[in-house]
Amino acid sequence: MSQPAPARPLLEVDGVSVRFGALVAVNRVSLAIAPGEILAIIGPNGAGKTTLLNAISGFYHPYEGRIAFDSTDRTMLSPPDVAALGIARTFQNVALFKGMTVLDNIMTGRLLKMRGNFLLEALYWGPARRQELEHRAFVERIIDFLEIQAIRKTPAGRLPYGLQKRVELARALAAEPKLLLLDEPMAGMNVEEKEDMCRFVLDTNQEFGTTIALIEHDMGVVMDISDRVVVLDYGRKIADGAPEHIRKDQAVLDAYLGVAHD
Amino acid sequence: MIYREAGQFKTSYASDQAIFPIAQDRAVVLLALAAAFVGPPLLASEYWLQAILIPLLIYSLAAIGLNLLTGYAGQLSLGTGGFMAVGAYAAFKLTTAFPQVSIVLVFLLSGLVAAGVGLVFGIPSLRIKGFYLAVATLASQFFLVWLFNKVAWFSNYASSGTITAPDRAVLGVTVTGPSATASARYLTALALVTVFALVAKNLVRGRVGRSWMAIRDRDIAAEIIGVRPLRTKLLAFGISSFYCGVAGAELVFLYLGSAETQAFDIGLSFLILFMVIIGGRGSILGSVLGAVFIVLVPIFLTNAPHALGLRLPVALQKQIELMVFGGLIVFFLIVEPRGLARLWQITKEKLRLWPFPH
Amino acid sequence: MTDLLYLVAVAPFTDMAGSPAFLVEVLLGGVFAGLMYSLVALGFVLIFKASGVFNFAQGVMVLFAALTLVGLLERGVPVVVALALTTAVMVALAFAIERLVLRPLVNQEHIILFMATIGLNFFLEGFGEMVWGANVKRLDIGIPDRSFIVRGVQINQLELTAALTAAVLVTVLALFFQKTRIGRALRAVADDHEAALSIGIPLKTIWVVVWSVAGVVAIVAGVMWGAKSGVQFSLSLIALKALPVLILGGFESVPGAIVGGLIIGVGEKVGEVYWGPLVGGAIENWFAYVLALAFLLARPQGLFGEKIIERV
Ligand SMILES: Nc1ncnc2c1ncn2[C@@H]1O[C@H](COP(=O)(O)OP(=O)(O)OP(=O)(O)O)[C@@H](O)[C@H]1O
Ligand SMILES: [Mg+2]
Repeated sequence: MSQPAPARPLLEVDGVSVRFGALVAVNRVSLAIAPGEILAIIGPNGAGKTTLLNAISGFYHPYEGRIAFDSTDRTMLSPPDVAALGIARTFQNVALFKGMTVLDNIMTGRLLKMRGNFLLEALYWGPARRQELEHRAFVERIIDFLEIQAIRKTPAGRLPYGLQKRVELARALAAEPKLLLLDEPMAGMNVEEKEDMCRFVLDTNQEFGTTIALIEHDMGVVMDISDRVVVLDYGRKIADGAPEHIRKDQAVLDAYLGVAHD
Repeated sequence: MIYREAGQFKTSYASDQAIFPIAQDRAVVLLALAAAFVGPPLLASEYWLQAILIPLLIYSLAAIGLNLLTGYAGQLSLGTGGFMAVGAYAAFKLTTAFPQVSIVLVFLLSGLVAAGVGLVFGIPSLRIKGFYLAVATLASQFFLVWLFNKVAWFSNYASSGTITAPDRAVLGVTVTGPSATASARYLTALALVTVFALVAKNLVRGRVGRSWMAIRDRDIAAEIIGVRPLRTKLLAFGISSFYCGVAGAELVFLYLGSAETQAFDIGLSFLILFMVIIGGRGSILGSVLGAVFIVLVPIFLTNAPHALGLRLPVALQKQIELMVFGGLIVFFLIVEPRGLARLWQITKEKLRLWPFPH
Repeated sequence: MTDLLYLVAVAPFTDMAGSPAFLVEVLLGGVFAGLMYSLVALGFVLIFKASGVFNFAQGVMVLFAALTLVGLLERGVPVVVALALTTAVMVALAFAIERLVLRPLVNQEHIILFMATIGLNFFLEGFGEMVWGANVKRLDIGIPDRSFIVRGVQINQLELTAALTAAVLVTVLALFFQKTRIGRALRAVADDHEAALSIGIPLKTIWVVVWSVAGVVAIVAGVMWGAKSGVQFSLSLIALKALPVLILGGFESVPGAIVGGLIIGVGEKVGEVYWGPLVGGAIENWFAYVLALAFLLARPQGLFGEKIIERV
């Protein structure tokens, strides 16, 4: 998968800064994600990785710089508008709908693919019913893909952590995104669960051609599955390249070893 | 062994998506519904219809309405009484201005008026959440009741804002006003509740309900899925107020016969909220169970001393009722914070295993 | 149209300028009412800060305290003893509430605890009236309900005393929370239950303490309000009027409750006197809410809240 990046990236982040008061959490970061790529974003705690994802998905608006998706500017969009473009994501601290069943969680992920017709829905009649069943069928395919058949009807809040992460991925996949943002999808998992998750991420990329940007701390995982790695430290991008280069990069080693900044 | 899914393979998603996937459930519910339409008009006394069944149905409708907003969409509202008042006064104005319009249509239009008002008062929900929003909804409660009290136009210039239900017929049968029989009023209320409970169930199990619950459970995650918070919350306020508006109109037209603005004071808002909490947040069935509980408990408390042969002074009786009612609420919250609907569900799960525990 | 504009935007102000002494009276009335709201709002804030409970029964606690005090006075108990006994009753009530309501519901969602306090509200209302009777009672604490005139401004002696007492109590409580060890500990609980436990104060104690303090605040509010308008059921409704104060000042801010109370009290009086007649009067019931809401739309974080960006 590591062809040279094509001329037209799917997502372009250009000189973006995000500030919280005096703190500059993301500082003039530029990066591009090519279609079909798996990009890993790494960096020490508090480096601004999550904040960068939040800016991409419209929760925070950059203080400067711009973000383009499919070559159109989307710097100032709100999260629902970002979703409509075809960007889906998962959260660092699992943000499932706890009171809803796994099935309903994933069905909610189909929201933008559904057409609203209030009256027909109120009667659960004709096209409304048909639409509901079609999407159910699609969701069942995702359930099979992620091997979560057994917990379909379980309230999401009652699942163990590892499964919750998987359901969150399912919900994001339900939107059939062009770009999938994963914030530490393997955090807190045991080795076996991590392996499963790696497999799902790779399969998603290969079977659906989904472009993926993921934040991950486990270097083994990063080296295994990513085509390219971007390193953030104190809000700045300090490296960008193939995994094998990053592993040897002096600035990256310093950042991880906590060498003093000048 | 009798009540279970065994043998009923879900051959398609269609049957799995049905409201009652289990055949026995479907049968029981249909039978119960048929009994509700046929039984009470034939068997129940005037007292039962008037004092218990009719208010129970009307409160159920209001509780379903509030449950859509509070239980499903997660927006705590203390303004139910105000929205019910809007429905009642709108129905009064409409039916006195256009006596020839069918009263059922008038009820629906009153619901729409209430929905419009609900939308306006739902706007703050974009900026504020939780208890702040709850307190903000009190503004609608106080403002609306004040408005109907102050502006005599709403009550056609009757003294102290009293509105009285005129005689109106559906298909030749008088269903509102002084000459309507209790049975006719009961059947009207039952028909409306049945239809609107079904509609509510359809909404909550589909796209709309899922976006409500998504906003309730985790608003940021909902947004990145494409749920637009303002639109979604406003829809919940609108629909909920529609239900409350219709219930408010029914309260005057089918139950009280005539009412002043006090009938819609904050006490009513709390009563409906109790039905939702005790019945079960996020459950249509729970709303009805909650209404049953809240209607029956005071009646039970009023009659219990009598049955025991105690003659209590009226004031003392009232005070004891308040204490027991308050105590019961706390007790229920402690025993099952998720309400009667949850108890019902647990019972059903036990029944499914019966007679083989595991 | 211009007439209406004149009535709304000009006339009230010319009225104010025309009779400054009256304006001062209105403002003072507002400050008085505002301090009372602050007092009730403080009861809410104390409990909310320490236990996350939105205590809807605060208003009934005011009524209950006043009923108890009046009941004792009517039976010939001297004022000081009656006050001490009432305090003891409120502390006992705090213990009972902690044991019977809060402890079984610990870790439940906030809305459940809120509902429980509404249940408590019903219970206390019935209980208070059963013990002390439901008729309206005069509460005479020895301050005459007389007015004197200073530079053309009429001042009511009772209101003045009440306002001063409220001001003192509010200050004491504010100091208690800012300066004393236990006060700071109580504030810490609100932020983080674990933290409070780690400094060695059991949650149970903290709850009893705050509910007791809220009970004492309720006594003061009950005495002041009761002396003014008699002890009756409507006392329990003043809690509803303190709620907009909470929107304005925030559920967790002591200074917010104070300043919010004053703003609401003054705003409401001025609104009622100068604009109320335009719409038929009696706007006090909702005006405060609309005022608070309008403010909140402009400044969602409330009076003293800092603007925080929600973490995602
Ligand atoms: N909403 C916010 N308000 C204020 N500061 C924030 C906010 N969100 C993040 N920060 C700060 O911005 C900085 C970057 O945080 P961010 O969550 O992006 O780090 P991260 O790289 O994802 O770290 P981790 O690996 O721990 O998840 C941190 O110093 C954090 O405290
Ligand atoms: Mg992070």
